[in-house]
Amino acid sequence: MTPQPNALEITDLVMHFGPVRAVDGVSLTIPRGRVTALVGESGSGKSTVGRCVVRLVEPTAGTVRIAGTDVTHLSRRHLRPHRGAVSIVFQDPAASLDPRMLVGEIVAEPLRLSGKRMSRREREARVAPQLERVGLRAEVARRYPHELSGGQRQRVSIARALISEPMLLIADEPTSALDVSVQASVLNLLADLQRDIGFACLFITHDLSAVEYLADEIAVMYLGQLVERGSRERIFARPAHPYTQALLSAAPVADPVRQRERQPVLLGDDLPSALDPPSGCRFRTRCPLAFDRCATEVPAQTAIGDGMAACHLVQPDGTGPDVRTADPSEVLS
Amino acid sequence: MTTAGAPVLEIRDLSVSFPTETGTVSAVDGVSLDLAPGEIVGMVGESGCGKSVTAMSIAGLLPGSARVTGSVRLDGTQLIGAREAALRRVRGREIAYIFQEPMTSLNPVLTVGRQIGEVLQVHERMSRRASRARAVELLTLVGIPSAAQRVDTYPHQLSGGMRQRVMIAMAVACGPKVLVADEPTTALDVTVQAGILQVLRNLRDQLGTSVLIITHDLGVIADIADRVVVMYAGRVAERAPVDDLFAHPRHRYTAGLLSASPQPGRHAGTDRLTEIPGLVPVLASQPDACTFADRCPAADERCRTAAPPLAGVGGTDHVAACWHPCETAPQEANR
Repeated sequence: MTPQPNALEITDLVMHFGPVRAVDGVSLTIPRGRVTALVGESGSGKSTVGRCVVRLVEPTAGTVRIAGTDVTHLSRRHLRPHRGAVSIVFQDPAASLDPRMLVGEIVAEPLRLSGKRMSRREREARVAPQLERVGLRAEVARRYPHELSGGQRQRVSIARALISEPMLLIADEPTSALDVSVQASVLNLLADLQRDIGFACLFITHDLSAVEYLADEIAVMYLGQLVERGSRERIFARPAHPYTQALLSAAPVADPVRQRERQPVLLGDDLPSALDPPSGCRFRTRCPLAFDRCATEVPAQTAIGDGMAACHLVQPDGTGPDVRTADPSEVLS
Repeated sequence: MTTAGAPVLEIRDLSVSFPTETGTVSAVDGVSLDLAPGEIVGMVGESGCGKSVTAMSIAGLLPGSARVTGSVRLDGTQLIGAREAALRRVRGREIAYIFQEPMTSLNPVLTVGRQIGEVLQVHERMSRRASRARAVELLTLVGIPSAAQRVDTYPHQLSGGMRQRVMIAMAVACGPKVLVADEPTTALDVTVQAGILQVLRNLRDQLGTSVLIITHDLGVIADIADRVVVMYAGRVAERAPVDDLFAHPRHRYTAGLLSASPQPGRHAGTDRLTEIPGLVPVLASQPDACTFADRCPAADERCRTAAPPLAGVGGTDHVAACWHPCETAPQEANR
């Protein structure tokens, strides 16, 4: 028996929009049934990676394989049989649901577009159980999106995304536009569905607490490139890249006593432009530990367990300084 | 008028409603709150809870259609119903604001130095030259590197974090007693947010500015606030010193909010997030019910027939508007 192909294999993905180097050489693999979080700040290119995977944009270079099929440059017609294998849920459900379509039509649309022969009645029969699966009553099918709350609308997007039984779900900031109490129910829903159905998930977000809750593996992006990858446990316990360390230190925890003991690493506000990224290590302009070599030499990816970190200061055994505690003058002497 | 420890800002029974085609919408319903000199108070709540409307009403920034009642006193001076000319003297000099999106508050065709200088020229009658020099000082104060050069840049040449720092510099140009910061870091990345919160803390430490920070982010509250006001559906649900609130939330809504956010070290494989069932109620005045009753696990007949007053629930300065406050801290199990 041949091993089953991974749900997603991205190799050296490059996406340039004119002079903007949004994604610049990202490689990432998601095995079947696993959740990988793609973490980064605005402008890091994380959403562009998601858009390349669902082929909303055609990558400049590199390959995207979904369930073993190279979809990187397939035409619209040749892409169609593979569309059902990957779905996407966007941040703002109000903007990603057609306001003139009934919820039932929205949820059934992927079936209509799949090219499979299916009668209207057959499609409608699939909608009701699908709505119930995401915690909505079947009657919601006869409503319009504007009649629903933000949380309910996001449930509709999830129902639509999963009706084709995709192997891979791209969730692009699915909870960021929602209130805290609603976020909890959507995160719970995603966790339940993922466990029950077993789809793989690329969870794109800047919300580190949601990442820790949902992800198996974490990939950290900075200015179009991955700087670190690893298991959730390792990244949260022993982040190796200075950027990951700074990111974890900067996100405040909802506990004032613990928060007072923490010292955020301040990186400065000036994120370099993706039009003209810094030479060598792209993080060097904000890195408290940067030294001469960082400007001249692109750091290689040092393997750490199953993951990696791309930093000159990370040793072959995966250890290195921690910007949260290190004194820059000592590290570099 | 001010004596040591007396609040610089005193809000009493503030209510705001808006007439609409389908009836009156009550956005803020009887909010009371004090802000002591040099204190940072965090106001937290979900969208539509009335936190921004409360903030805007303090210095009369709401549109004319808003019906505002109650009392807002700044150092003893009543601001509700004050004449526009009087309010204009208060704004900027006494109470300053910063908002979520700095780019929409900055003029794109003027350099940041001109914009900060304008505040000083209008309020402090400073000359153009003096105001420019002061602008450089202010930019330095809010942590902008090489301020002497940055003073001549336009807003679009700055990053989001830098723009928010410029907004803060403008806001504190006249040394206001109160700074109202409405979601000041929501549009910013976490690594930038940390720096902005640091600036606000420094202003309090160096200038003694009182800060009312409005946010939906419990992490931000835990990081910066001395005291916290939790808003729900236009009312104050709970008010407490920050440690007390997080360790011993007494209102069921506060407890729900705290356990709805993912905690460090927890994963979906072993833990479930606590959901708050139901939806935020439509904003209509409900004088004789707890607005949270429909979503509350402890609600009974009393909650649906009488609005609970804000009452002491033990601890110093800890009040909650709940007929059935939580007995023990649900958070303790999380550790």
